Amino acid sequence: MNEAPAGLELDRQRASAAGFSPARVMAMIERHLYLLGSSPVRLVDLAYWPTVQLLTWSFLQLYVGRTSQLPVLAAGTLIGGILLWDVLFRGQLGFSMSFLEEVWSRNLGHLLMSPLRPGEFVLSLMIMSILRLTIGLIPAVIIATTFFGFDLATLSFAIPFLFINLMLTAWSVGLVTSGLILRNGLAAETIAWSAMFAMMPFACISYPVATLPGVLQPIAWALPPTYVFEAMRAMLIAKSFRLDLLIESFALNLVWIGLGAVGFRALLASARRAGSLLAMGE
Amino acid sequence: MSSSSPPAILADNLSKTYDRVPAVDALSFRVETGSVVGLLGGNGAGKTTTLAMIMGLTTPTAGSVRVFGADMARERGKVLHRINFESPYADLPHRLTVRQNLSVFGKLYGVQRLKARIEEIAEALDLAQFLDRRTGQLSAGQKTRAALAKALINEPDLLLLDEPTASLDPDTADWVRSHLEEFRRRRGATILLASHNMGEVERLCDRVIIMRTGRIVHNEPPDALIARYGRETLEEVFLDVARGRGAGARVETAQAIP
Repeated sequence: MNEAPAGLELDRQRASAAGFSPARVMAMIERHLYLLGSSPVRLVDLAYWPTVQLLTWSFLQLYVGRTSQLPVLAAGTLIGGILLWDVLFRGQLGFSMSFLEEVWSRNLGHLLMSPLRPGEFVLSLMIMSILRLTIGLIPAVIIATTFFGFDLATLSFAIPFLFINLMLTAWSVGLVTSGLILRNGLAAETIAWSAMFAMMPFACISYPVATLPGVLQPIAWALPPTYVFEAMRAMLIAKSFRLDLLIESFALNLVWIGLGAVGFRALLASARRAGSLLAMGE
Repeated sequence: MSSSSPPAILADNLSKTYDRVPAVDALSFRVETGSVVGLLGGNGAGKTTTLAMIMGLTTPTAGSVRVFGADMARERGKVLHRINFESPYADLPHRLTVRQNLSVFGKLYGVQRLKARIEEIAEALDLAQFLDRRTGQLSAGQKTRAALAKALINEPDLLLLDEPTASLDPDTADWVRSHLEEFRRRRGATILLASHNMGEVERLCDRVIIMRTGRIVHNEPPDALIARYGRETLEEVFLDVARGRGAGARVETAQAIP
């Protein structure tokens, strides 16, 4: 009885430790890399839309730039805006799609019954969102800098600040949309695709906040990405590094990510009460 | 196993209500360590809800369930590495190969010498030639064996099985049962088995819990149940219970925790 087979030594203490396990996070990343590696279509899809979108907006910028003398257009704010928007949108999508892969494959029950902790699961989704975003944006960045003269160097030292802020917002929204899918099943799938677009008009991607009617400006300033896009314009047009805007965005993001985490936990608990976790799938 | 060790499963007054309709109603039972217990009942009897509450995937409306002494509503993290399960409600990702799936789950469960363990379990479950095939490309029988390999990858102390041989041909189903018997014999593991296959339950289980409309109707060894009903097989008993006739038609709450 209880004879362990050769080749098996289960480190129970480690596996049962209440603490965080980087090995489990790596296992989940490995799972998603296997998936991406098995599906060239998924890889192409990651880069397809960012590239198409970038091309469209870049040609628009070329056209308007030739017919208008506005310096803001010459500075490449449209291209910069669309690239940063893609960081935000694809960051959230990378998080939510990695989560949805588990729902589509009916694997969620296996994961939730395994020693994988919710925090480890979420961290693996965050890391996957960065990997998926990187794969998706590389062609767009190459095209923007090579063929449309977008000067990435102007943003160079600010890029980590811009990126971190946008990813924090992306993860906040990803946490809530994933929680909604946990709670409501695939009926909530469209939220994963569309949630970020609700932010689009108010985050002022291609125009200053001052463009908005006064009544809408407080909404814009409640969104962390608004500060990022304002900071980008300040850098591209006035060559001014607005650290104050990036710090304000970061502070707001801390609130957002906190709310996202609380929302995810609450929706997970609600899904357990509703008994929807085991039967979740296509 | 010392006498002070908690049972593998201890359900106490476990209830679950959906939209004011009780799916599981004041269930109390215990599953001793090392035993194989069948969880039986017609469709909608509450078997899957009961399993989901034991796994901690569904929160009870009332009552509690403990696995190896850990309250599954609050302390499931302490015991999840000792449990595993197979269910028709959960699949292995189809695009990953069997080896990749076993590798991922082996790492989630903290299995050491994982490569050797995967080879070993693939050999034992006759999956060696399919290890590098995508899980979605396997036949139903091969998928079941792959799911069983995942369920056994961590050599669980408690194995929860929901219809493990459903949709399998008789030969493959028999083969799976033999493997479960061998696993139980070798490891002394506890198995809770939800099944509609009464022959399977008779063969594998020391005790059966029969549920009807969310409540326990019987909780006793299959032989005792068959004898009390004066029947030849557990299937005949099951039909008697389902149709509300015979020796055990009353709800025997007194037998809930033997």
